[in-house]
Amino acid sequence: MLSEGSSFMKGMALGGIFCLLLSLLGSFTPGMQSSPEDQHQHHHHHIKAPTNDELQSLSEPQMVELSQKVRVYCVIMVQPKVLVYWATAKDTWGKHCDQAVFYSSESAKALEAVDLNEQDEWAKLHKALTHAYDNSGDLRWFFVARPTTFAIIENLKYLVLAKDPNEPFYIGHTVKSGELEYVEYESGIVLSYEALRRLVNVFKDAEKCPERGRSLWKLSEEKQLAICLKYTGVFAENGEDTQGKGLFNSKSVGSLIEDGMSKNSLDVVEGCCSDLAITFSGMSPNQMQVMMFGVYRLRPYGHNFHDSLIFLPPEGSDND
Amino acid sequence: MITLSLVPFVSGLCIGFLSIQYFVYSDTSTAKPALFSLGNSSGVHNDKRVPRHRHSDEDRSVAASLSQNVRLLCWIMTGPKNLESRTKHIRATWGKRCNKVLYMSSVETEFPTVGLNVTEGRDQLYWKTIRAFQYIYQHHHNDYDWVLKADDDTFVVIENLRHTLSKQDPEKPVYFGRRFHPFVQQGYMSGGAGYVLSKEAVRRFIKGFDTGKCSHFSTIEDMALGKCMETMGVEPGDSRDVKGRQTFHPYPPDMYLVKEPPRKRPWYLLYDHFKPREGPECCSDHIVSFHYIYPVEMYTLVYFTYHLRPYGYKYRAQNVVQITSYHFTTSTL
Repeated sequence: MLSEGSSFMKGMALGGIFCLLLSLLGSFTPGMQSSPEDQHQHHHHHIKAPTNDELQSLSEPQMVELSQKVRVYCVIMVQPKVLVYWATAKDTWGKHCDQAVFYSSESAKALEAVDLNEQDEWAKLHKALTHAYDNSGDLRWFFVARPTTFAIIENLKYLVLAKDPNEPFYIGHTVKSGELEYVEYESGIVLSYEALRRLVNVFKDAEKCPERGRSLWKLSEEKQLAICLKYTGVFAENGEDTQGKGLFNSKSVGSLIEDGMSKNSLDVVEGCCSDLAITFSGMSPNQMQVMMFGVYRLRPYGHNFHDSLIFLPPEGSDND
Repeated sequence: MITLSLVPFVSGLCIGFLSIQYFVYSDTSTAKPALFSLGNSSGVHNDKRVPRHRHSDEDRSVAASLSQNVRLLCWIMTGPKNLESRTKHIRATWGKRCNKVLYMSSVETEFPTVGLNVTEGRDQLYWKTIRAFQYIYQHHHNDYDWVLKADDDTFVVIENLRHTLSKQDPEKPVYFGRRFHPFVQQGYMSGGAGYVLSKEAVRRFIKGFDTGKCSHFSTIEDMALGKCMETMGVEPGDSRDVKGRQTFHPYPPDMYLVKEPPRKRPWYLLYDHFKPREGPECCSDHIVSFHYIYPVEMYTLVYFTYHLRPYGYKYRAQNVVQITSYHFTTSTL
């Protein structure tokens, strides 16, 4: 009996020490605690950005280096039919992507794009993502959106800062449809390099992931994407802030404010949207130009933030 | 010598490992409230343990000190019809950022509104203005350095107004706003965009009416006040920033910011004293006002100004306020 007890105690001590060792070794990459796939048994996956605690211990050169670590390749799916949105995205938020590539259903003389020569929505996405993967260079994060969406790339970088792009991530505003949880297209889709790599790989399997939607069961491209990714073990995760507010919005700020007002919320602005929101959608091109001013310029004098990252304004731009 | 019974050892190993893991990983995010926190590994629910700290990493000390040094009294031109539909949203947003705010109406209410000796109507606006300044001068004489007048559909960023005024002397006869050139020799300030009078300017306005030098000669409030300012030797200031960008705006932002090909001045820019710019150069980062802003847009602008931001972004324009010295001709009044 005694020997069993002491074996137990020795085991406990050893186990504890082993665990502490592991945690010390893994201390600067907090994201590795538990990989998201383990959680697919739960209903929701949530992704949040690093705490200021973790970031404040950095020196300025480290901050600059860290800020340059996350680089985003924007996959912007356009159509010549709606040229003005294309032009607006290019002249507004697109400038803040490390690389913004426009993928069009057909070629347009006015603006430069990769011509997919395709009308089917899923096939377009399929081809665009393959092209993005093949041309990503050293960019490790991918943001997929239509030009009717407005994105704040700096906030996207902050969200994924501590995430390893060699792990699979598929992030946005998640929606549940039966058993399938997918990221809503309209509010933008974020993919890590690994997720995209697995996706491009499963594209080869036409059974699991057909290039064209089957005519009988035509699924929306956002759902099709989720299904293909699911086969590779990648699951959708909802991007949100500490208060649980979604960072990816398929509505405009005005629309969300209106919702708040009709609910007679006490603090309409506080209840509306996150301070570090990443996307909004449903605005007119003119409203997007105003939004550019609202996000990158308009501010009250005397309010300062001590952020732990440094992002500089893009070169040759006049509206930010 | 060291004998180990396998089963208890292994179970001890596991329990030891798991309990340490629990203690190490469980509490990562309550230490310091931050806008984002690392999701706890269970990942199931939102981290509601963190109290709702608004902008815990925001430093407002500069704005706070400006507030002490530049005392701004705001009065909003409104009426009973608009209290529910418009004015209440000003009260909920920028109104309270003034050192003191007064809602001027024809009727006194619990809103609270001040009841001036006027009736409602577009042709009563100048009477309202005269009575409002008289009320303020009578009851709040020592409560301000500057007095701002705004409409109930004007959006104002009070901190930016204070910043603009911080370099000015309230004892000098000067007033600021969006300068228009017609009708008055030295121009006048657009009423809708809001205008702000120095303490001395208010004194002179009151004196003008006391002595009869100024009168209710027109119902057009901003132009008429501008005329009185000219009569009383109050100078029209230049409210543009160091890059020549405007701070006060008599129309909503989309009418200025949207890029247009070079064209003849559109109708809404015809009155401008300084050559207006269309597109991003129109407007200062530290704008003071926009006009024709109704509740949804009001809250949207509040969200853009005080809440939404690009994390870590180093703004292009810093230190944009003009430091102009005025040379006032001495005039005895």
